[in-house]
Amino acid sequence: MSESSRTAVVTGIGVVAPTGIGNDAHWQSVLAGKTGIGRISRFDPSSYPVRLAGEVPGFEEHDAVPYRLIPQTDRWTHFALGAADAALADAGVDPTRLPEYEMAVVTASSSGGTEFGQHEMERLYLNDPSWVSAYQSVAWFYAATTGQISIRHGMRGPCGVLCTEQAGGLDVLGDARRLIRAGSQLVVSGGTDASLCPYGLTAQLSTGHLSNSDDASRGYLPFDAEASGYLPGEGGAILTVQDAATADPDRSYGSIIGYAAGFDPPPGSARPPALGRTIEHALADAGKQPSEVDVVFADGSAVAEQDLAEAQAISAVFGPGGVPVTVPKALTGRLYGGGAALDVATALMSLRDGVVPHTVGTCRLAPGCDIDLVLDQPRYRPLRTAVVVARGHGGFTSALVLERP
Amino acid sequence: MNDRRVVITGIGVVAPGAIGKEPYWDLLTSGRTATRSITQFEAGAFRSRIAAEIDFDGTAAGLSHQEVRRMDRAGQFAVVCVREALADSGLELGGIDPGRIGVSLGSAVGCTTSLEDEYRVLSDSGKRWLVDHSYGVPHLYGHMVPSTLAVEVAWSVAAEGPVALVSTGCTSGLDAVMRGAQLILEGTADVMFAGATDAPLSPITSACFDAIRATSSNNSDPEHASRPFDAQRDGFVLGEGSSVMVLEERTAALARGAQIYAEISGAASRSNAYHMTGLKPDGREMAEAITAALTAAELDPSVVDYINAHGSGTQQNDRHETAAFKRALGQRAYDVPVSSIKSMIGHSLGAIGSLEVAACALALERQVVPPTANLHNKDPECDLDYVPLTAREHSMDVILTVGSGFGGFQSAIVLGRAGSTRR
Repeated sequence: MSESSRTAVVTGIGVVAPTGIGNDAHWQSVLAGKTGIGRISRFDPSSYPVRLAGEVPGFEEHDAVPYRLIPQTDRWTHFALGAADAALADAGVDPTRLPEYEMAVVTASSSGGTEFGQHEMERLYLNDPSWVSAYQSVAWFYAATTGQISIRHGMRGPCGVLCTEQAGGLDVLGDARRLIRAGSQLVVSGGTDASLCPYGLTAQLSTGHLSNSDDASRGYLPFDAEASGYLPGEGGAILTVQDAATADPDRSYGSIIGYAAGFDPPPGSARPPALGRTIEHALADAGKQPSEVDVVFADGSAVAEQDLAEAQAISAVFGPGGVPVTVPKALTGRLYGGGAALDVATALMSLRDGVVPHTVGTCRLAPGCDIDLVLDQPRYRPLRTAVVVARGHGGFTSALVLERP
Repeated sequence: MNDRRVVITGIGVVAPGAIGKEPYWDLLTSGRTATRSITQFEAGAFRSRIAAEIDFDGTAAGLSHQEVRRMDRAGQFAVVCVREALADSGLELGGIDPGRIGVSLGSAVGCTTSLEDEYRVLSDSGKRWLVDHSYGVPHLYGHMVPSTLAVEVAWSVAAEGPVALVSTGCTSGLDAVMRGAQLILEGTADVMFAGATDAPLSPITSACFDAIRATSSNNSDPEHASRPFDAQRDGFVLGEGSSVMVLEERTAALARGAQIYAEISGAASRSNAYHMTGLKPDGREMAEAITAALTAAELDPSVVDYINAHGSGTQQNDRHETAAFKRALGQRAYDVPVSSIKSMIGHSLGAIGSLEVAACALALERQVVPPTANLHNKDPECDLDYVPLTAREHSMDVILTVGSGFGGFQSAIVLGRAGSTRR
């Protein structure tokens, strides 16, 4: 059997998200339309124009992270260590029983250990260099999560870290599939984010794309005529990807059958954005026709021109209203490095249970958005194939095609 | 069977002591060092006050005022490199589908320097935890996400194919080149701009490495502070820089009559799963990465002609990789020259891997091994031929370059001489 014919299947999911910790808590919140967005509690947001965000409720790092590692790592890595443990347990995988060089870790990071970094800069400038933590160098940098998961589970294969902002969660799963095809048995992948600290929020404000709403139910309205930007969130998902030939078939959520990445032309170019052709490339990679796709998990930034461009790309590929579309991240906010990985987790649960979750908050589609956005309540129907779309700040564009077992 | 192969056809360099490919090669083969006392910030309070700095003026290097204002120093380095690499390659991008052109850029710490500068502004010089958002520059988010560096490179060549920022600490540069080559090999892209950039010289970075005593404190003799494999070494010297290269599918490059510096014959990475900063003395996982890279290149260890070492100048690293070379190459490790260009241009974290690949490509083309500067008394535990002090003419078909970094990552790339029939 040639290497390239190996199939990558997702066998385990670990969710740490504003919608809940654990797969069941998250999925129940999604189906119930219960939002994880609320007033920021991690610091006093009253002096900032954005005061709402999706925070992970009740996360206790002492439950998720070995005691010794807590001061050595940022909250973003705490989430990932907890989620990785949960994903491995969900997959029923014992890493000590797999060949060490055939296990790899590839995670997405959008901005590294933002809060840890702010704390250490504060200590440096309030005091002197000797106050900076010995762990700053390995807590702040973007590779911290991958390194810590690799060490914790003895995974000595080809590890990686991709930074493509919100598209990262799909890009790392594309790389996970590459590694499975090249001979790895298990790849721990996905991403998390935790940049809800004063400096992190301030940096996000500079895009001008965040919503200033104080109404948690109306703050983030993908594709809505009244869309006013998105809200930030924290958390994400870690998944285990395995070679179908050696994975436990009873644990499979589905296969990664297609993936593509593209990039928008430079500002001012007359060329079209990358999204439409990226979806087409992913479908071609999967050997699927648009008519065979049962649901699209959209990026849905709720920035009017981005929503319109995305709706037009989806319509161009699938036909106007040609496929059910949903944006469950309306319940969590955008999770940056964790966002697309959580969308993949949600899409796999959707395929498993035959239900498209609805997009909460959106009431009336913006003019020109000719898509079948699932609203008001979940839509039950047999599902086989899902497309997940993600875009990252600056022009990153990725699409992943999933198929249920 | 896929018969695609990947070659390097253009090189751009911004390095300490050398802006541009030719000045870079001159520096490396002269054995001069570009390490000095830090001038980019007031370093008096730090344990290590040495760095390999670049005298860089973005405007003089061809960037517009808008680009200089918008981009972190690391982004400026990378865009200057891309423009040199593209011109060097002679490639006309106009004839290529932009969707087949991609970017694989490495960086360990992204736009750290700008993030720190802006933090000082927003926090009243660091006095406030709740920062004043109203003082934020319009592109602050671009500094927070390192992916911006890849965005700038993509814009500069209008790439619309796969674009990513690879950030695996100090192996970022090798891993980014590896990923760029992989995308061409598998047929996802035809042209990749691959390399890395880092501009980490700032108070917070220096404080990080002071705290773990990783950097040299030989402050009284900065020109000779980076001493890989020398018994008197006392840590690495922080540097900055970038290299970006044009990677092409070999058949297409030959068809257009391109100059080919080298072929990327094989690459692999492994992790030690041991410690975020520590290394075991046995070099086991680096040896495994070397073996896997040679296997991918379908080459026997006995044909390696030169090893470009990680050679950071910490005792732990130098012994670790010496053991790895012996483990992976056996007797051959004693017969081939091994050198560390970090002795001259310091350790620019994620960027250095790309600068080392560029050095190897030039070494293959010109059949000269760059030396290890400042190597006067070998560490008795390091008993290979480290090419001390002066460059050496040497016949080479196959070069191995390796990297090792925080997180436990170990990477290896095998480069082949252009025109060699050997894969």
